[in-house]
Amino acid sequence: MSHRMPKSERSLRQRAEKRARLTAHAGLATWGERLVPLGQFRSATAAAGRTLDSAAQEATRRDFLSHQPDPTTVEGPYSRIAVFGGVYNNHPALAALLDEVTSRSADAIYCLGDLGGFGPHPNKVRPLLEEGAVRVIQGNYEESLAANHQDCNCGYTDPRDNHFADVSYRYTAENTSLGFKRWMGTLPRRRRVLVGNRELLLVHGSPRRINEFLFASTTPVPFLEMLLDQEKADALCCTHTGLEWHRPLPSGRDAINVGVIGRPANDGRPVVRYCWLEEARGKLAVELVELAYDHRLLAQEMRREELPNEFIETILDGWWTTCLEILPARERARSRH
Amino acid sequence: MSSVSPTADQEAQSPRVELRHLDTLWFQVGGTLCNLACTHCFVSCSPTNHTHEMMRLEEVLTFLDEAASLGVKEYYFTGGEPFLNPEMEAILEHTLAYGPATVLTNGLLLDRTRSRRLAGIAEAADYSLDVRVSIDGYSAESNDPIRGSGTFDRILSGVANLTAAGLNPVLTVTEVHDENSSAYGKERFFSVLRRLGIDKPRLKILPLFPIGAEAERGTAYESWQRLRSSDAPADGWDHLQCSTSRMVTDQGVWVCPILVNEPSGKMGATLADTLRPFPLAHAACWTCHVYGVSCRT
Repeated sequence: MSHRMPKSERSLRQRAEKRARLTAHAGLATWGERLVPLGQFRSATAAAGRTLDSAAQEATRRDFLSHQPDPTTVEGPYSRIAVFGGVYNNHPALAALLDEVTSRSADAIYCLGDLGGFGPHPNKVRPLLEEGAVRVIQGNYEESLAANHQDCNCGYTDPRDNHFADVSYRYTAENTSLGFKRWMGTLPRRRRVLVGNRELLLVHGSPRRINEFLFASTTPVPFLEMLLDQEKADALCCTHTGLEWHRPLPSGRDAINVGVIGRPANDGRPVVRYCWLEEARGKLAVELVELAYDHRLLAQEMRREELPNEFIETILDGWWTTCLEILPARERARSRH
Repeated sequence: MSSVSPTADQEAQSPRVELRHLDTLWFQVGGTLCNLACTHCFVSCSPTNHTHEMMRLEEVLTFLDEAASLGVKEYYFTGGEPFLNPEMEAILEHTLAYGPATVLTNGLLLDRTRSRRLAGIAEAADYSLDVRVSIDGYSAESNDPIRGSGTFDRILSGVANLTAAGLNPVLTVTEVHDENSSAYGKERFFSVLRRLGIDKPRLKILPLFPIGAEAERGTAYESWQRLRSSDAPADGWDHLQCSTSRMVTDQGVWVCPILVNEPSGKMGATLADTLRPFPLAHAACWTCHVYGVSCRT
């Protein structure tokens, strides 16, 4: 129609540019920022890198995976032990756990670290650990507190997660005695324990890193088999994520995240979890145990200490409100928030 | 501006990054073929770019077996556009028997049927399936000039389809606009997601790499933007993803997803060939170091 404006020069130019972009690469390859004939790029890549024969490949893979022997002393053998992680200042849960595993006659009790954060009154944890003769390994929380770090090294990227991690770290840092912090600095990073004839490796995050997250849905079998091969262990026990799982491996070994006793496992129930391990006819019997404790008492103390409502809510209703960004797709899908 | 490809001298003088362990394996399953031609694409992907071809399921399976023998922890799929690959869903299904998988997509091919099939694959799998959808602005006005006209609405409809099917994608944003990574920008992206009815919005911000189409846009590297041994942090180069990952394309194994258009970034034909240090001689290595880039979720 005559009164309509003709297409502007600008939009015609944009269209031509778009067409040029879409067809720019016909017969060409992008080599860095240049366009070159496809054949030139292909012959350069064909010549690049090294190509080992199959025997050399096998040897290279073996060398790459080879590992220094671990000089850690092996404790035990025991018939039954309790292993737990992530106390997060939750002294009522710790007291309940010690009662329960003592009545079940545990030969030894192990804690995989992260004593502080989240809950109230950090100093109430230490006497309980001593009374229960709990053997503790260092988590990222203990490492950071002992070294006077500015943050907990939890490994978050989301600013909201970091904000709450910071609130809980600062509270714990300010309320933990110097003596307790020094003691945290003396804790071992790993332990080895015999349950029956099964040798267990106990770590905080993973055998490789104190703050590596091992979630059920993102920790595959071949990776776990590789770690146990390298460590020459029959079972791996870790914590750090706050979510428990047990994976019996095809090799007959076990990988276990023992969960935490400091806060619920993001499943809408106010209970926490620990791990019970027993010798069972030459094998390892693994039980992930639910533990009820006086969570209302804990919530009251947290309120009096003016800890964030978000934390108290989790203790009462069992759903996480923070540290959600780190959850893999599957664990996040099950989450309420 | 300096050329992107380093000289032999530069390679020899560069610091070297050790491969600590092969945790993350990437696949350029879509090759450099894409139904878009974004102006900032660091591999210049487009409908006519055959620099790398799509990968076949059979090729991927060979690498999955080798990866399992090395104890690889996670798998990432990119392109180009992965869902242009007719075998993409089968590739994800097979991969999820080996470990968790993340697919990076532009979201345009995620119709309801495919979204439902992907949700079914995720549900049946042993491990987590994560879908990352790229977008470059929180409005059509800011996104479309980069990714193409009409793409903002099409991307969001892909995100909505995934959500309706029960998946929870991560919205992946580059710093193509300064405000994208600001607190204000992040909040705008979160509100876009909430308006779609997503109550658990997930967001990831990535820096730009001045290579490929982005270099043609006029933001290529300066000659001083190269790493020297003296740049090494006290604990070494372990913060770089090339200390724990490799990238597979139809033409072999590369050091990382960024350098696939550099023949000198190719390290070998199998994973075993690449279990060795790499010289940090490229300008893009500087970006990873300075911006602390991790392409992972």
